Amino acid sequence: MTLLKDDTISEIRDGKRVIVKKPELLAPAGNLEKLKIAVHYGADAVFIGGQEFGLRSNAGNFSIDEMREGVEFANKYGARIYVTTNIFAHNDNMDGLDEYLKALEGAGVAGIIVADPLIIETCKIVAPKLEIHLSTQQSLSNWKAVQYWKEEGLERVVLARETSAEEIKLMKEKVDIEIESFVHGAMCIAYSGRCVLSNHMTARDSNRGGCCQSCRWDYDLYAVEDGEEKPLFEEGNEAFAMSPKDLKLIESIPKIIDLGIDSLKVEGRMKSIHYIATVVSVYRKVIDAYCADPDNFKIKLEWLEELDKCANRETASSFFEGQPGYEQQMFGEHGKQTKFDFVGMVLDYNEETQMVTLQQRNYFKPGDEVEFFGPEIENFKVVIDEVWDEDGQALDAARHPLQIVRFKCAEKLYPMNMMRKEMR
Amino acid sequence: MTKPELLVTPQSLSHIKALIEAGADAFLIGEQQFGLRLAGEFTIEEVREATAIIHNAGKKVYVAMNAIFHNDRVDALAPYMKALSEIGVDGIVFGDPSVIIARREADVNIPLHWNPETIATNWFQANYWGKRGATRAVLARELSMDEIVEIKENAEIEIEVQVHGMTCMFQSKRPLLGHYFLYEGKAMEVENRKNNRNMFLHDPERNSKYPIYEDLNGTHIFSPNDMCIIDELDELFEAEIDVFKIEGVLHTEEYVVAVTECYRKAIDAYTESPDAYFDIKEELLAKIEEIQPELRPLDTGFFFKETVY
Ligand code: SF4
Repeated sequence: MTLLKDDTISEIRDGKRVIVKKPELLAPAGNLEKLKIAVHYGADAVFIGGQEFGLRSNAGNFSIDEMREGVEFANKYGARIYVTTNIFAHNDNMDGLDEYLKALEGAGVAGIIVADPLIIETCKIVAPKLEIHLSTQQSLSNWKAVQYWKEEGLERVVLARETSAEEIKLMKEKVDIEIESFVHGAMCIAYSGRCVLSNHMTARDSNRGGCCQSCRWDYDLYAVEDGEEKPLFEEGNEAFAMSPKDLKLIESIPKIIDLGIDSLKVEGRMKSIHYIATVVSVYRKVIDAYCADPDNFKIKLEWLEELDKCANRETASSFFEGQPGYEQQMFGEHGKQTKFDFVGMVLDYNEETQMVTLQQRNYFKPGDEVEFFGPEIENFKVVIDEVWDEDGQALDAARHPLQIVRFKCAEKLYPMNMMRKEMR
Repeated sequence: MTKPELLVTPQSLSHIKALIEAGADAFLIGEQQFGLRLAGEFTIEEVREATAIIHNAGKKVYVAMNAIFHNDRVDALAPYMKALSEIGVDGIVFGDPSVIIARREADVNIPLHWNPETIATNWFQANYWGKRGATRAVLARELSMDEIVEIKENAEIEIEVQVHGMTCMFQSKRPLLGHYFLYEGKAMEVENRKNNRNMFLHDPERNSKYPIYEDLNGTHIFSPNDMCIIDELDELFEAEIDVFKIEGVLHTEEYVVAVTECYRKAIDAYTESPDAYFDIKEELLAKIEEIQPELRPLDTGFFFKETVY
């Protein structure tokens, strides 16, 4: 594929080419703490769920007051907040939509991510300041459909997860609209919006947030031949499974940026702050490094290793490089343990005394080797010496969740830096 | 009252003739290049022949263009529509808005039926697509009877409801059967079983069997039961639902003919008088139960089932 080298994406500055069209890094957040972490660790925008009209009813959702606080926090960093309102409404979900959209607008939210034309049309009328982004639930897969939504006045479209780099390239050439594309996280194996496995199997409506991931269960495959049911598996075969590996496009970031994709989306509103901090910070570094010097860019092994520290499933490039093969699915396994535990968040650091004040998030004890990371620092490892509680009592271990503890660290730390520990 | 149209999905030209005899009013045909999960494949030439037969009998013919299109197929949409317009088909079924753009390019006037399957869940959407050229909305099969009736009350275009047959509950772009065989090192099976429509997934937990097959559009998984509401049609009649659809995918031609006869009788009886329908509905249900394949239990779909979220 030829890249758009002489497009508006890059410019020569002081004899060196730089990327001037830097895409947005868009991160998920299931609550206010995650939102703050995402923004602090380098996300340009964060998508959250409200208490109504969104999928993932169990992903942790924001009240309007929490949204307002999130927007104020994000504003300090120049970051934007989008709210997913991506259900396909049934008749009885239609009430209260006007007030809800007005409240989002009033809270300073930048835009909504939406699939149902009911919500699109209502938003245009009652909350015209909100940008409207078409959700992936519409399975947008071709440039003529993109053109349709452009003509309908939408600012941005989120593509189907089934679109490839080639396809996106043509869409960008044919239609002038912002394109948002997934770069990282768990995915549906079905076309989004076109799966009602959960409706049938558990009477929960997947298109209103009730999906219970029936696609991740095991099934047995049979054929019916001459009226007989014949198993298509033998002793020792794995069960029929549909689980896709998680998407990871970190190594394709240069290509994605060259395509002119406007927003790179990380999936996972249910994920931990450790996951969000790790993923966002690595993508941040890669995007920044490539944009600063695209011609000499090389991905660093340490970035890839860093990203792996929060992975709990194998990863793959999915449809980005073309139709994925069978090796991009998982058979007979359902994920792995993460290699690292998130054990604490830095609240304060005193440079004179070298004393760290930390909120415990998981068990650790003196003698443990831990790693610190954060946007202000390069990752480093230390062995923890003595640990004290808030009253200065020495501890044999930090065992209580959210307990405030202190210990010394010679290297400088900043609030919101994180401490992790390798699992053994 | 005006009778609801009885729409069926034929598998061949001879099947069309049998279904006309059985009392069908309208026919949905097409090919997988453009349409999803069709009961039979009809090339454009066959569409021409079918249309002649169907129009000759005074019936209607619609062509499926409801696939989820990728770039590689969108350039073919406008020429296909032109050909269909010239043949004189009575409607095109679509889900992807690229069809609206292509229809404008083709500059044809064929009525559009909006059918995105799972996501057609409220009357606002029906009217929204109505303003953009749709004359009919095909409702999601995951709706309850009350929801359907309320949509009809508020809809400005025709409403089509499936009353019988299988429903699709999953579509993936990936060839999941082929991938499974490859993973197990059975490359031979991939070719052997291509286009086979005789496989199912067994879900041990629920003891359910879900038909599954692959085609050009990916992998499709179907409901474990056939919906059948031949004895529960009165609310749909009262609401004046415009179209009753019998989905015949994965069934034999004979089965679809027999089921069509039953629904024909139900519609004719109700138009005579509701009592005439009540008198025969149990008998009609018994008739369908008799011919129902053992592997496919009947149920009433989501008509009377609550879903939560
Ligand atoms: S069951 Fe799987 S494919 Fe279906 S909606 Fe849920 S996660 Fe997506």
